[in-house]
Amino acid sequence: MDTFHYDNRIVRNFGIATLAWGIIGFVVGLIVALKFIWPEFLGFIPELSFGRLRPLHTNAVIFAFAGNAIFYGVYYSLPRLCKAPMWNDTLSKIHFWGWQAIIVSAVLTLPFGITTSKEYAELEWPIDIAITLIWVAFGANMIMTILKRREKHIYVAIWFYLATFITVAVLHVVNSFEMPATFLKSYSLYAGVQDALVQWWYGHNAVAFFLTTPFLGIMYYFIPKAANRPIFSYRLSIVHFWALIFIYIWAGPHHLLYTALPGWAQALGTVFSIMLIAPSWGGMLNGLLTLRGAWDRVREDPVLKFLVVGVTAYGMVTFEGPMLSIANVNAIAHYSDYIIGHVHNGALLWNGGLAFGMLYYITPRIYKTEIFSLKLANMHFWFATLGAIFYVIPMYWGGITQSLMWKEFTSTGALAYPNFLETVNQIIPMYALRAFGGTMFIIGACIGAYNIWKTAAQGSLQAEEEAQAAPLLPEKTKEKVYWHRWLEARPVQFSAWILVAILIGGIVEYVPTALIDSNIPTISSVKPYTPLEVVGRDIYISEGCNNCHSQMIRPFRSETERYGEYSKAGEFVYDHPFLWGSKRTGPDLHRIGGKYPNSWHLRHMYDPYSTSPGSIMPAYPWMHKKDMSKSDIANKINALRTVGVPYPEGYEDQALADLETQANMIMDDLSSNGFAEIDGIQLTSDKQVIALIAYLQRVGIDIKGDRDPFEGLPSKVQLTENQD
Amino acid sequence: MEVIFVLIGFSLIVALFFLYLFFWAVKSGQYDDSETPAIRILFDSKKQPKTTNRDGQ
Repeated sequence: MDTFHYDNRIVRNFGIATLAWGIIGFVVGLIVALKFIWPEFLGFIPELSFGRLRPLHTNAVIFAFAGNAIFYGVYYSLPRLCKAPMWNDTLSKIHFWGWQAIIVSAVLTLPFGITTSKEYAELEWPIDIAITLIWVAFGANMIMTILKRREKHIYVAIWFYLATFITVAVLHVVNSFEMPATFLKSYSLYAGVQDALVQWWYGHNAVAFFLTTPFLGIMYYFIPKAANRPIFSYRLSIVHFWALIFIYIWAGPHHLLYTALPGWAQALGTVFSIMLIAPSWGGMLNGLLTLRGAWDRVREDPVLKFLVVGVTAYGMVTFEGPMLSIANVNAIAHYSDYIIGHVHNGALLWNGGLAFGMLYYITPRIYKTEIFSLKLANMHFWFATLGAIFYVIPMYWGGITQSLMWKEFTSTGALAYPNFLETVNQIIPMYALRAFGGTMFIIGACIGAYNIWKTAAQGSLQAEEEAQAAPLLPEKTKEKVYWHRWLEARPVQFSAWILVAILIGGIVEYVPTALIDSNIPTISSVKPYTPLEVVGRDIYISEGCNNCHSQMIRPFRSETERYGEYSKAGEFVYDHPFLWGSKRTGPDLHRIGGKYPNSWHLRHMYDPYSTSPGSIMPAYPWMHKKDMSKSDIANKINALRTVGVPYPEGYEDQALADLETQANMIMDDLSSNGFAEIDGIQLTSDKQVIALIAYLQRVGIDIKGDRDPFEGLPSKVQLTENQD
Repeated sequence: MEVIFVLIGFSLIVALFFLYLFFWAVKSGQYDDSETPAIRILFDSKKQPKTTNRDGQ
């Protein structure tokens, strides 16, 4: 028998990180939720505006809270399943501190407008590289531990951990192909439709392989352990594992139904999303049925309470997911708050429930004590569950209400609610209820943190936990071994096959879209952005406008009546990155270009209420005071040319002159309309708002083909003179 | 863009190999022992500290 030690310090560290970042992430969520009710709340501080905080909230809860929870579960269960300590304690420490450093770097960049705009992949390129390195450190440590194991059979939970590691690595790397323009600014390698497909292939699978598979692995370890009975069906776990990872990877396009994505790709996404209900429910039922005959214990044990509510929520969310992927349902739910409800059902109860269930399970064990207060744990449970319900139901209600208002026509065929703001103000009470539910959830989390803290304080950490197991002997027998058995005993080969399984889905969907020209009909009048518009677009990205405004008009009469001509794939060929958005807190902006005079935008950015009474958009007064960044325009043009935008060779040297000329044209227009200053602030052509106006006036107008965007700019004048 | 042709070839080979593996797997009935691994994880390789299961299980 070998004697060895499990390192419980790293487990404790990840546990503390889970709790601390969790509460921070929840509070940032509450702040952005309050901004729906009081748009001025913490307004006028650029770093705390909605568009910048919303990505911080999503990144904090996904990568900091759920991420640390995953590592917490893996570092506890993996050594115990392998009967071997983690391979390398230094690597464990690098992983822990590296991951926390990445989270801190998110806090130090996102509020300052340093973002790529791609949802859940907002972090800029240097941090992307750091994520890759730390993720590989985690994977290496995990795979080496599996190689050094003393238990021949690889338990189902470990398969889920392996699939998580490999798939997230591939997703992250492929979606992060970007061309740096400066140290903290890059442009996506992909444009428009391609970028959208890659992004939602990533985005959906971030849900699948960051918020689902690792937590299923956690479920397969902690439910049997907490209930002290084997999983309902081990065979089902094998079948649903393979089915889940193979099908999940194809489901991304359901985020792009009715958009300019080719129809066949949309259909594929829908079909696979509906099929997903089978493996998802296989996992959910497998978890719940494990408790058959032990339901009495769920009444008493807070660990099981959290786990059971978590798995039940998983079942609800994975029923909703396929239903939402049906085109007709998606037409109503997409862009609305329904989706916000859907994801919080999953995040608060499934991920939150499993994370807190683990904290209540592991803490007493590694501190050799009992839970400090069962009463407080139960209180936490009810605050969390009821808080989530108070969050989710108003969002469902509000989402459907608003969406139906968007679509309603009068008997004469006009839009029943032509003013978008009417549909917003209708659901403000729902936003208030959501904030109430979120507050309850946070109170619960604080009670939980206190309880776990007291639990740790009353015990003492068993830093090195002694264990014994027989060493793994080399195989002697040559008897016939079935292939899955063979695979289970060989983690490296096993990982390679998971990689293959997930790559097929991604490749088959992406390659034809990029390869077949007919999928993206080009439109000759669609031209690259002018340098000033590039700067304006960067400000749009920086302020996170895409968090509330879509730029993708679906081909419904209700949308073409409200916004204008529906969006075509060919209009986005120079959009690095794409900015279609996924939520309409405000109206779609794809046909905003030319809709209002420059002065309207100037006033709207300064005080949205002045042009749109009842608006809940925050003001952006700093745009009228801060100068835009011009010095790096040559680098930006070069970077954009590298990713495929056809700026002529040498244009980078003319870009600044073009930029300044266009800015002066807009400034002259504003001055001649009496807006040389606003509210006592003297405007000049250097201000950020000028670039943003240039971009907004350009969005979606090329398809008309009646205006050359470079008309009147020095480079164009020069070109015409040379031709003469 | 040439890398795309490599990727298509790669994905087709892999897809066909997967199909082959699937048929082979179904015929050879590989899921023999689907009982013991599930039970094995419940036994700890050390003396349990007195905790959690208040009903003594």
